[in-house]
Amino acid sequence: MLSLGGGGAKSTKPSFVSYVTPEEIKSEKEPPKKEKHPDLLPGEVIFCSADPVLKHTQDDLSQRGIFGTLLCTNFRVSFVSDETPLEEMTQHFKNKLYGENDIPLMCVDNIYGVYDEKKKLITKGMLKNKCPSKMIIHCKDLRVFQFCLTYTKEEDAKKIFQGIAHHCLEPKSLKCVFAFSYAASSSPEVQRSQRTVMFDSKEDWTQEMKRTKANLRIVTENENFEFSMRLPKFFIIPAAVTDEDISKFPGKGLPVWCWSHHSGCAMFKASTLPVPQEDGLMQGYMERMLHAVAHTHLYSLKLEDLSETLPTIQDIQQSYNKFKQFFLIDNSTDFWVSDVKWFSTLENTGWLDIIRQCLQKAVEVVECLEKENTNVLIMEEEGSDLCCVISSLVQIMLDPHFRTLTGFQGLVQKEWVAGCHAFLDRCNHLYQKDKECHSPSPVFLLFLECVWQMVQQHSPAFQFSETYLTVLSDSIHVPIFSTFLFNSAYQRESTMKAEAQHLQRGPLNCPAVWDWSVQFDCKAQELFINPLYADKLKQDKAIRKVPRAKHQRQLSLPSSAFKTPPKKGFFKDETESLKKMLRVKRISRWMASPDSPAAATREFYETWQRRPLDYHGLLLPCLDGPAMRLWMQRYLRWIPEVQILGGGPVAITSMLAELLSQVQDLRRELDMRSCWETEAESLQLRPGPLALTRTSLRLSSSFPFASNRNWTFKPAIPTSLLQSLMVTDRLASQEDETNEVISLV
Amino acid sequence: AILRSSGEMYQCSCSCQWNPDLEPGALIFISCLSVGKDVTYICPFVGALRGTLTVTNFRLFFRGISRDPAFVLDLPLGVVSRVERISGASSRGDVSYVLVCKDVRTLRFVHKQPDDSLQKSVFEVLTKFAFPVSNSLPLFALEYNQVFPENGWKVYDALAEYKRQGLPNESWRISKVNDHYELCDSYPAALVVPVTITDDELRRVAAFRAKGRIPVLSWLHPESQAAVVRCSQPMSGVGGKRCKDDEKLLQAIMDANAQSHKLFIFDARPSVNAAANKMKGGGCESEDAYQNAELVFLDIHNIHVMRESLRKLKEVVYPNIEESHWLSNLESTHWLEHIKLILAGALRIADKVESGKTSVVVHCSDGWDRTAQLTSLSLIMLDSHYRTISGFQKLIEKEWISFGHRFQQRVGHGDQNHTDADRSPIFLQFIDCVWQMTQQFPAAFEFNESFLVTVLDHLYSCLFGTFLYNSEQQRVKEELAKRSVSLWSFVNSQVDEFINPLYVHYPAHVLLPSVSIRHLQLWVSYYIRWNPRVRPQQPVHQRYKELLAKRAELQKKVEELQREVHNRASASSERAGSPTRSITPVQTFV
Repeated sequence: MLSLGGGGAKSTKPSFVSYVTPEEIKSEKEPPKKEKHPDLLPGEVIFCSADPVLKHTQDDLSQRGIFGTLLCTNFRVSFVSDETPLEEMTQHFKNKLYGENDIPLMCVDNIYGVYDEKKKLITKGMLKNKCPSKMIIHCKDLRVFQFCLTYTKEEDAKKIFQGIAHHCLEPKSLKCVFAFSYAASSSPEVQRSQRTVMFDSKEDWTQEMKRTKANLRIVTENENFEFSMRLPKFFIIPAAVTDEDISKFPGKGLPVWCWSHHSGCAMFKASTLPVPQEDGLMQGYMERMLHAVAHTHLYSLKLEDLSETLPTIQDIQQSYNKFKQFFLIDNSTDFWVSDVKWFSTLENTGWLDIIRQCLQKAVEVVECLEKENTNVLIMEEEGSDLCCVISSLVQIMLDPHFRTLTGFQGLVQKEWVAGCHAFLDRCNHLYQKDKECHSPSPVFLLFLECVWQMVQQHSPAFQFSETYLTVLSDSIHVPIFSTFLFNSAYQRESTMKAEAQHLQRGPLNCPAVWDWSVQFDCKAQELFINPLYADKLKQDKAIRKVPRAKHQRQLSLPSSAFKTPPKKGFFKDETESLKKMLRVKRISRWMASPDSPAAATREFYETWQRRPLDYHGLLLPCLDGPAMRLWMQRYLRWIPEVQILGGGPVAITSMLAELLSQVQDLRRELDMRSCWETEAESLQLRPGPLALTRTSLRLSSSFPFASNRNWTFKPAIPTSLLQSLMVTDRLASQEDETNEVISLV
Repeated sequence: AILRSSGEMYQCSCSCQWNPDLEPGALIFISCLSVGKDVTYICPFVGALRGTLTVTNFRLFFRGISRDPAFVLDLPLGVVSRVERISGASSRGDVSYVLVCKDVRTLRFVHKQPDDSLQKSVFEVLTKFAFPVSNSLPLFALEYNQVFPENGWKVYDALAEYKRQGLPNESWRISKVNDHYELCDSYPAALVVPVTITDDELRRVAAFRAKGRIPVLSWLHPESQAAVVRCSQPMSGVGGKRCKDDEKLLQAIMDANAQSHKLFIFDARPSVNAAANKMKGGGCESEDAYQNAELVFLDIHNIHVMRESLRKLKEVVYPNIEESHWLSNLESTHWLEHIKLILAGALRIADKVESGKTSVVVHCSDGWDRTAQLTSLSLIMLDSHYRTISGFQKLIEKEWISFGHRFQQRVGHGDQNHTDADRSPIFLQFIDCVWQMTQQFPAAFEFNESFLVTVLDHLYSCLFGTFLYNSEQQRVKEELAKRSVSLWSFVNSQVDEFINPLYVHYPAHVLLPSVSIRHLQLWVSYYIRWNPRVRPQQPVHQRYKELLAKRAELQKKVEELQREVHNRASASSERAGSPTRSITPVQTFV
């Protein structure tokens, strides 16, 4: 009998659990002093190290743990265990750059010191203080490490503590980021991700225009950033914008093309103009821009100022800061205490609501493009934060191309990287403290959250898996990739050039994050692919339109009564009023329809929902309260109390993998038997999926993450049951049986 | 799954136009009300819908006019908890009434009072046939006579189930002491007790346990011989009364398991409630009297708290959901916290039995509500057999139906007294807990979500006899198996609909779910299924089924090819070398 709870399973637990103090160990055997460090990356240098350090195992309140060496390099904080890890646990998903006991410096979120049982946040000013007995590191990928320094020699402890704190908390300059030492020392033959469109050449943009059948004007004058440092080298604007206007306000207020709908209407984004001066110069300029956008298709335009309707980036930052605290859990007691008021605390952070608002706004824009065929211009102060979120979401909803893996990567390149999202400032890679001018904010993560909501609602429509999104969100904080390192295309190019000159060598080769082989081998990369993806090529015409799964006794709702009345405020068919409105100082916003905008899109959603679901057509998210979910894989993967052994999504993944491989074997067999007929088609076979099935019973729900954490097979039993539910009602004290049993006739 | 219900009769209709979906030959009892008096259904999602309303002795049927496809509402009358007339809604003689349902919805109809006073008003017919018990009418299940290929009454046989567990054995015997339900009228006839305890001793124990529900075996671990035992509270009272025979019985239960010298007694109640019960003669085992036994309270609240929690939940989810405060509203119902406590209790029981190899005794006050939840859930965790469709049916038949969960009282079949304090969604909570486990272990259960919803629908529908009455004794007396159809007859006759395509049978795989509230979700496709915006999300199952079909298709093709190759080989001597073009083109799409 395979007993998951039995002692037999426990005996295979490879991790070393110490019941003796290191003094005892040392008195027994003096370990030969040998240099212990992780396999260093090219360009990686060790700053300091300390030994022995006790790393607490997180799933335990007691002081047990593993002894090892703690190091700090220019890339990471690393813990190397004294124990040679048993190779029994096959790692399905190993990151080649850093292990599970490594923390890239950029990934460190906060450091706490425990002084006399009190936990204190370590700030820059506290470095000179005495060394804490315990150091707790909270990571941006939600890991929590606890290192006990009491067994370490005092000076070593002090050195490592100050070293880590210094390298993680002090502001640095961009050129100190590890990526440059890495790029300088690594072999230059880092190949460019083959199929992702990078949108850094004219061809990429013209190709994208062709793909969406757009007929607009491509601007090439900014190739050397002479004209704006906040715009990409190449960008596309409405055909009607004059040369004179392009250079009027360098880059500001210029409608930059995002995407064209097949009907001909298009979506543009723009930064807002500086505060208007008394002359009508700016007003006239803005009017001409709006006319140019409106001219793109049917002389229609919808203007949306995102800063008026969506939370500010500061709101986003604040909300996320509150939100993430609930996943950075130091011990079991805290976990169960926070379990009690879980839903209301989650709601109070507002994070899920911000996600909803962004999706909601995107649906509103989609409605304009899809239903009204109106051009849309979204605006925002910088034009590169929420504009990126909304425009990317709109494109994912409307264009199935962006739901493929390479399409999605191209989208991130187009809207975020080329679109000059200020990754460096928003992610605060350099630990700048003057938050006023740099405004750190997890805007890109917010976008990934929104995409995740779509993925979990309509998984067959997406070629990539949630694991892909989780890994992508982790990669933001790995200082190797050029993708998330810069504020703009200009900064990228100038910094790279300067560094190359400094090193006196040819162009630096910083890999893009899309070079997944830098982090994962092919086998691990298979987990990025959603095995359920309803491939367009492979789908039968007949079953392409999946009939919606019928509800159990679902009320059937007819479609006829859902004709939405034409909304007011659209400029289409109202050329006169358009002209009038444009002359007015303020430009039309979303016209308040009789109901709230939420109610209006509700109708749009419901009409869409009643049609058969086409995974390669328009895709809308459900925004009702129960539909907005927590990204469990990202946020709960390191917490031992919530691991489900033998369960979770991996149970399905492994089943699917097995079935898919069976189907493929059969196909291969058929191909072999009739090879002359299907030679060409046999090339379409997907790579063989992972053989997880045999081990799936022992995999935890956090798979593929935390695979060497050796979750105990003990069930997590709440510690604070009684206080969890105080029903003070009189009902609680009532007897179960109110009256004597009356039997039924 | 709309059932054709034989034995169904027309009771009342507001229109002749309706073509009844009745079995041919069903007796039309009362003809229609006058034509043209249309009824309006006030749908909370769509608005007012005009149509025709029909009431039979089994169901209420509403079909909207002027829509394509027609709007249809089909509701078994058993689901109705209360019918309320709203008077003075309008001066034009309109009648408006509200149907509050047990399945978390409320329906509202408005119709013109028929002129012909001879015709019965829909309202009167509704109140009569929705509550047959209160009107001295038989429940519809006793008239329903549909024949199914499978006979669900044969699903569970107590002796066969005990035999599957290896019982009787050298430590446990099957006692006939309750053969005529004299020892305990709410227990089944077959009881498994330690061999060392005589029937006389059992009778003395029965006097000491509430309602005579003595400690008997529910499940035996196939390897460690650790047992799950269920009972009701001891009647120790304020004075701390003791019973030598009861102490001996618990000692015998401990001794039957050689692996452990300890016994865990799980009292499902909060300790405060257990103490309060002493005032009424009840209480809990004292560790002085029961040596080597450890008493653990699981803090699960009583039926009244649970009823109130569901009432609040209904307010939050029906008809409309307040988006911005959804989570805190959900929290304020405490529904998921109760689910968490029940699952946590079952997890602790399963853990003690599996990892601790210790026998456990589970009880609450009477041992038919919380105890049934805890034992059945821990059994699902421990024994993979109960995760199959037939095993799950047996589990319900055994732990719930035969051990006297008071379905009649808790659901209130056909009873118009909707404020009855004995009603409580205990069984619903159990199914909810099972659903939570299916979410955490998507491949461990043979049945799908639709199966669980179907079970709950027919808990209320009064179409099948399965959930009628309070005890085995009553069911035997009423000859329920002869006079009604079992729900499992229906289910097992179309079992394909209820199969989870992802199911893998891992024998002896113990499930230890996470009971953190972070992993618990509201069962949207049950509680919020009436909301048209909430779409069932089973694309995975859908795609998986497609893949299964593709595999079957390919397998067939491979077999065909093999046959062809075989045929060719036998005839190859003449036609060597010429490629056969007759092979069907291979479709390589998935």
